[in-house]
Amino acid sequence: MQENTIAAISTPRAAGGISMIRISGENALGIADMLFKPISRKEKPSEMDGYTCAYGRVFSKDGEELDDCILTVFRAPRSYTGEDAAEISCHGGIFITERVLRAVYDCGAVPAGAGEFTKRAFLNGKLSLTQAEAVMDIISAEGKAFYRRAANVKDGALFKSIKACSDKLLGLLGELDAWVDYPDEDIPEVSPENMNTVLAETLYEIRKISAGYDNTRILKSGIDTVIAGKPNVGKSTLMNLLAGTEKSIVTDIPGTTRDIVEESVRLGDIVLRLSDTAGLRETEDIVEGAGIEKARRRLETADLIIAVFDNSAALNDDDMRLIESCKSLSGVKVIACINKSDKNSVIDKNIIINSFDNVIEISAEMGDGKDLLQDVLYKLFVTDSNIYNDISVNERQKQCLDNAGKCIEEAMTAISSGTTLDAINIILDEAQNYLLELTGERASEAVINEVFSHFCVGK
Amino acid sequence: MEKYFIDDYDVAVIGAGHAGVEAALASARLGVKTALFTISLDAIANMPCNPSIGGTAKGHLVREIDALGGQMGKSADKCFIQSRMLNRGKGPAVHSLRVQADRVKYHEYMKKVCEDQKNLDIKQAEVAEIIAENGAVKGIVTALGACYNVKKVIVATGTYLKGVIHVGEVSYESGPDATLPARYLSASLESIGVKLRRFKTGTPSRVHKRSIDFSRLERQDGDEDIQPFSFETPREGLENIVSCYVAYTNEETHRVIKENIHRSPLYSGRIHGVGPRYCPSIEDKIMRFTERPRHQLFIEPMGLTTDEYYLQGMSSSLPEDVQLKFLRTIKGLENVEVMRNAYAIEYDCCDPQDLRHTLEFKNISGLYGAGQFNGTSGYEEAAAQGLIAGINAALSVLGREQITLPRSSSYIGTLIDDLVIKGCSDPYRMMTGRSEYRLLLRQDNADERLTPIGHEIGLISDERYEAFLKKWEQINAEIERIKKKTVSPTPELNAMLESRGTAPVSTGIRLSELIKRPQISYEDTAPFDDERKPLPYEVCEQVGLRIEYDGYIARQLMEVEHVRKLEEKKLPADIDYKDIEGLSLEAIEKLNKVRPENIGQAGRISGVSPADVSVLVIWLSKQRGSAQK
Repeated sequence: MQENTIAAISTPRAAGGISMIRISGENALGIADMLFKPISRKEKPSEMDGYTCAYGRVFSKDGEELDDCILTVFRAPRSYTGEDAAEISCHGGIFITERVLRAVYDCGAVPAGAGEFTKRAFLNGKLSLTQAEAVMDIISAEGKAFYRRAANVKDGALFKSIKACSDKLLGLLGELDAWVDYPDEDIPEVSPENMNTVLAETLYEIRKISAGYDNTRILKSGIDTVIAGKPNVGKSTLMNLLAGTEKSIVTDIPGTTRDIVEESVRLGDIVLRLSDTAGLRETEDIVEGAGIEKARRRLETADLIIAVFDNSAALNDDDMRLIESCKSLSGVKVIACINKSDKNSVIDKNIIINSFDNVIEISAEMGDGKDLLQDVLYKLFVTDSNIYNDISVNERQKQCLDNAGKCIEEAMTAISSGTTLDAINIILDEAQNYLLELTGERASEAVINEVFSHFCVGK
Repeated sequence: MEKYFIDDYDVAVIGAGHAGVEAALASARLGVKTALFTISLDAIANMPCNPSIGGTAKGHLVREIDALGGQMGKSADKCFIQSRMLNRGKGPAVHSLRVQADRVKYHEYMKKVCEDQKNLDIKQAEVAEIIAENGAVKGIVTALGACYNVKKVIVATGTYLKGVIHVGEVSYESGPDATLPARYLSASLESIGVKLRRFKTGTPSRVHKRSIDFSRLERQDGDEDIQPFSFETPREGLENIVSCYVAYTNEETHRVIKENIHRSPLYSGRIHGVGPRYCPSIEDKIMRFTERPRHQLFIEPMGLTTDEYYLQGMSSSLPEDVQLKFLRTIKGLENVEVMRNAYAIEYDCCDPQDLRHTLEFKNISGLYGAGQFNGTSGYEEAAAQGLIAGINAALSVLGREQITLPRSSSYIGTLIDDLVIKGCSDPYRMMTGRSEYRLLLRQDNADERLTPIGHEIGLISDERYEAFLKKWEQINAEIERIKKKTVSPTPELNAMLESRGTAPVSTGIRLSELIKRPQISYEDTAPFDDERKPLPYEVCEQVGLRIEYDGYIARQLMEVEHVRKLEEKKLPADIDYKDIEGLSLEAIEKLNKVRPENIGQAGRISGVSPADVSVLVIWLSKQRGSAQK
């Protein structure tokens, strides 16, 4: 029993054209009656049919007119949450929207918890577990790119891929069961080789879905980016250009930045989590030395390195060390940035171009090159990785997938070491349970139905 | 009709098939005054279909029946004429014992066991009426008008209840094997609130031995090393007397059937009962699996005192002339002479979702169901339920707490839980695939799982229980010893390891580690184990299995624990699920019908989704929260 009627502003809390307040629960329409006076029609909200809307005015509890708005009525179970619901679309602006919401609370609604609309939708059977989780991810998604991918899951892309894996496994379990339960029938023996083939295919698919998690994480929490380069090459200036504010202490004295500075910046659809690292150079300054060591370690764990070089200076040992470090890292994307393009070129550009796939020339100080950087980022993280079509996976789902994968690997090892099929069977049941946990089905019934639909058995 | 009073009984069992016999024996053995009613004394424990007992998962059921103190295993050991352990090589969890029984001998033997049983009266009579007052059973009335006051009634009517036989275009009222059907009881059951539905099953032809050309068939012999069903039957002196044979249908057989399919009552729509998916008639197999070029059939003797042979796999409801025609297309059966024709039989049965796990009806106190009446198929499934219904009826008379077996304890527990929680839409057959605890529920350890329960109930004698305890003491002690015992890397040991295709050892190694290798058995290590004492076969078997499958068993035990936790979350008996907001309509309907006792059961009901389960869990924790306030 969901005893409360909940309400919240469902559009971003920012200045915009229109804001929407959603009210959901048993008393949603009663509350709407109290604060909404229709102009375009006679009926009160509680008398309106589902999926109809009315133009009117919204008042505070004390009768003060707040705004004119459109009210849309949804009737259980035909609403997002499956409950009676009303949506008030009023003029955007944080102040007005907050006042309307206040009025809704004054009439008896309670503030909705994070994700509570979705939770109710799930509890009312409006969403499958994977769908509900994807919606949760939409809510917390930072960038539009991630939203697109999360939307992809809700339409069932993840569900379908998991289902394909689980169907494959189910087919195998069905064959095993039929072979075991009907020893007298003409049922082909399930050979270890055949099992291994099917299992290897399934494992490959599962790993592919699970790998989608890492791409997802990048979009959801931002690309973990390190700006690296020798001291005074202009790292902090670049960071400030991207962030739009002075975050790092910028001076002309090499070695000014000693700690890693973190900042999230948005370039179009992409969110970068920037670390401005201490310049990489050999130093005897102990404090600075610790900072450099930290910066080196950061390089290894980053998603993206922006390696900054000085157009106006020749490449020195520090630059060469950075080039070597970047080459030695695998799985980290690197963009080489030749900074200070407004100054006379002294640098040997060929070395840079031959060492990096992506090279751009910018002048951070003059504010030039942000667009160039964004283009390369898109190429690296959006176009190249074909990220919009990828399948989105969250932490829990990844856990289930990885567990299923582990079981399958274990089963394959057990098969090759000659373990009997009854024992293999229970590991595969476990793998299947992890997958069915994701799709919301159950194992043993599904397996039995598989036996009957695909095999001719009986006495 | 004049009604007259005859006698009082604690428990009346209606039907003396495999369910009824177990029920009556269990009840009488627990010291309760019991009557066993049957339409014909000559049909007690009859096998109107296959003259075999056991098979995959069914063999497990027979072992479990025996471990609890039931009769089927012992009788099968006395009356079998061929025995095979199926699925050897597929792993111990799925080893299944199956015997060919002498059908007449089995009936006679079981009849005598019942006759000899103290507290048990056998009566040839058709029960026509069950009297219930205020939702509780009071008595029964026979078709002749004889009244009995009884405290409990167990309905085990099999295919007799309003039985109708179909052969081609012909249908007639009948029980199985040319017996009389139970014509009146259905109406009485419905009048006291039992909802009935209609299932059907079928049986193949019996043919004369002299008309079979055995030289054209594949022979199938029994095992050399025969294992009995009963934990009390000695392994010595068991022998195979007969062989079975394998034959195949062919394109011609299929053509004959397809050409005449319109004459089948199944396809013309005259049979309304739902048939079993796993035991289809030959016409069903051919129509559903058109791509299969052939189907296997087994030709099995019905007993030692008859020349009747059973054609397993050829059940049919086609007209007699079509049956003869298609049988004669089969290699080896070209001149076959049919003695009894194949037929389909329709009968009334209840919806097992109306039962509790004790097999007592939810809405009628003292009324129990067992066997095909509960929607199952198979002698073993029937016997298992009969045993549980008999035990519970008697315990209830004695004022003791009734028993229910969890799924993790046994195939019997799984069977009953499936019936009561999931229900069945066609006759239910047990399969190893139905148990999620396969590796725990092996046929070899049925005693470990159930004999302590059987002893506590009172069906296992103290003497047998002592022997059981001794056996398991020996097993546990030997496992402990093997886990500690280290052997040296001698050339002899390495030679043995290499001959089995597994890596040699360079340092001392625990025996248990060697046995865990799939290629190495407990017996293989005997020559290298200087402290090995001779132990009985059953002890060695368990020691080997325990060590070999240690990791897998531990895994399954974790799963058992997980489910046990869900089953600890009790649902109140009196809730109306309509009042719990957030449940889907289907879930509300199913939950109100099944009335699960806990969250674990609720989650197994089809139509109750994981989302519904989370609603229930949230609701329960809310209830607890408000109770605390």
